[in-house]
Amino acid sequence: MTAALPPYRRDGMQAHPPRDHAAYRSTALRHPKQPLLPLPHSMTELTQPMLGTGAIGELDHDLTQQHPGEPIGERIIVTGRVLDGNRRPVRDTLVEIWQANAAGRYIQKEDQHPAPLDPHFTGVGRCLTDNDGRYRFVTIKPGAYPWKNHLNAWRPAHIHFSLFGTAFVTRLITQMYFPGDPLFPYDPIMQSVREESDRQRMVARFDMETTEPEWALGYQWDIVLRGPETTPPDPDEDH
Amino acid sequence: MAAVDQPRPIRAQAEGIVMQELTPSQTVGPFFGFALPFPEGPIVAPAGELHIVGTVYDGASQPVPDALIEIWQPDATGTFPTEPRPDGFRGWGRCGTDADGHFGFQTIKPGPAEPGSAPHIGVVVHARGILHHLVTRIYFPDENAANAVDPVLSRVSGERQATLIARPDGDVLRFDIHLQGDHETVFFDV
Ligand SMILES: [Fe+2]
Repeated sequence: MTAALPPYRRDGMQAHPPRDHAAYRSTALRHPKQPLLPLPHSMTELTQPMLGTGAIGELDHDLTQQHPGEPIGERIIVTGRVLDGNRRPVRDTLVEIWQANAAGRYIQKEDQHPAPLDPHFTGVGRCLTDNDGRYRFVTIKPGAYPWKNHLNAWRPAHIHFSLFGTAFVTRLITQMYFPGDPLFPYDPIMQSVREESDRQRMVARFDMETTEPEWALGYQWDIVLRGPETTPPDPDEDH
Repeated sequence: MAAVDQPRPIRAQAEGIVMQELTPSQTVGPFFGFALPFPEGPIVAPAGELHIVGTVYDGASQPVPDALIEIWQPDATGTFPTEPRPDGFRGWGRCGTDADGHFGFQTIKPGPAEPGSAPHIGVVVHARGILHHLVTRIYFPDENAANAVDPVLSRVSGERQATLIARPDGDVLRFDIHLQGDHETVFFDV
C-alpha cells in the first residue's frame, strides 16, 4: 500500500496566461468559453509516467553535434534547475526542447519563412534532470522569425521547453526567451502573461560562470513547476 | 497506509513558503511536429486491442491540424505503471493531429483507479493558439453504472456529460474534442 498522495498547490496559477488573448489571434476559436470544471486531484492527476529512462541518446542534449558538420550560429549553453513550487529540485524528469536555427527557420516543412535551413541543425534536444534538478543543453542561439499574426509580426528568439515534473498536473510547455530582446513588447504570445514579474521568469539570464572560454556563451534559466501541498523532508537537503 | 517510519510531511504554506513563483505556460506553437511526436507515441499498450480515435475541432467546427494530444491511464487493474513493464504497457501516449485534425491511440481499457471512480483516461490538449494546455477525461460508454456515481462525471450537467464519454464507432471508440462551440468538450481546472 502506498500513502495517499497529497494534492498539488493551486496558488500562483495566475502566472499562466489567459486562454482567451485576443492579440494572439489563434486563441479566438481555440479557447473554451464554458468555465473550467474544478477537478479535485485523484490518482489520475497525482501520478506521472516514467519517461525518457533508457531512451535518451548520448548526444540528445547537444544540438550542435547531431550531424556530421557544425551548425552555423552562435554556440550557447543553456542550463538551469527544474524546481517545484516548494523550491525542491525535480529529479530525473524529462526535459524536451525544440527551436528554430540561427536564421530563424524551423526544419518543419510547414515553416515557409524564406530563411536558410541549416543541414547541420535539427533543433531538437532532450535530457533528464540530475539529482539537483539540473538540465543542460548545448545549442545554437535561435533567430527571431516572422509570423502572420499581424502586419510585421516577429517572434522574439526563443527555445520551446516541454516538462512533465512529478504529476499529471505539473505538465508544462513553455518558451525560454533571451535577455534584452527588443521584440518583447511587440510579442502577443509573451505579452499574454499578465504580470511583468511573471514574464521575467521566462527570460534566461546571461551567466559568465556558465560561459566557457573560447567556446560558448552561457545562459541560466530555472523552471518552476507546481509543488505538492505537503512534502516529505528532503533527505539531501540541509534545513 | 503510510509506513510507520515515514518522515512527517511539511505543510508548505505553514512553513512560511511564499506563493509559488511558477514558470508561465506558453503555446506549443505551430512547429512542434518535427520534435515532439514519435512513432511509438500513440502506442500506450503494444498488445492493446482498444483503439481510441478522435478529431480536434475549433470553435468554427474546423479540424485542428496542429494539436498534440497526450493521455495517461492505469492498467486493467487500475494500477498506474511506475516502471517499464515486460508487456510494454506504458500508460502514457502522445499523438499529434494530422492534416484532418485526427489522432488515435492503441491501448487497453483501464480499470477504476480508485474505489467509486469510473474507468477513465486523463487527456491533455496542446495546440497552436492554446496558451495553456487543456485537460479533459475520456470515460467509457459501457460503464453506465460506474459513470453514474463517478464523483467527477456526476457533477457534469447531463447534456455536457456526453462530451466526456467516448462512443462506439465500428471497431473503435471515438472521442472527438471540441475546443469551443455548441459541442464544447468539458475541460477541467486542475
Ligand atoms: Fe517557436
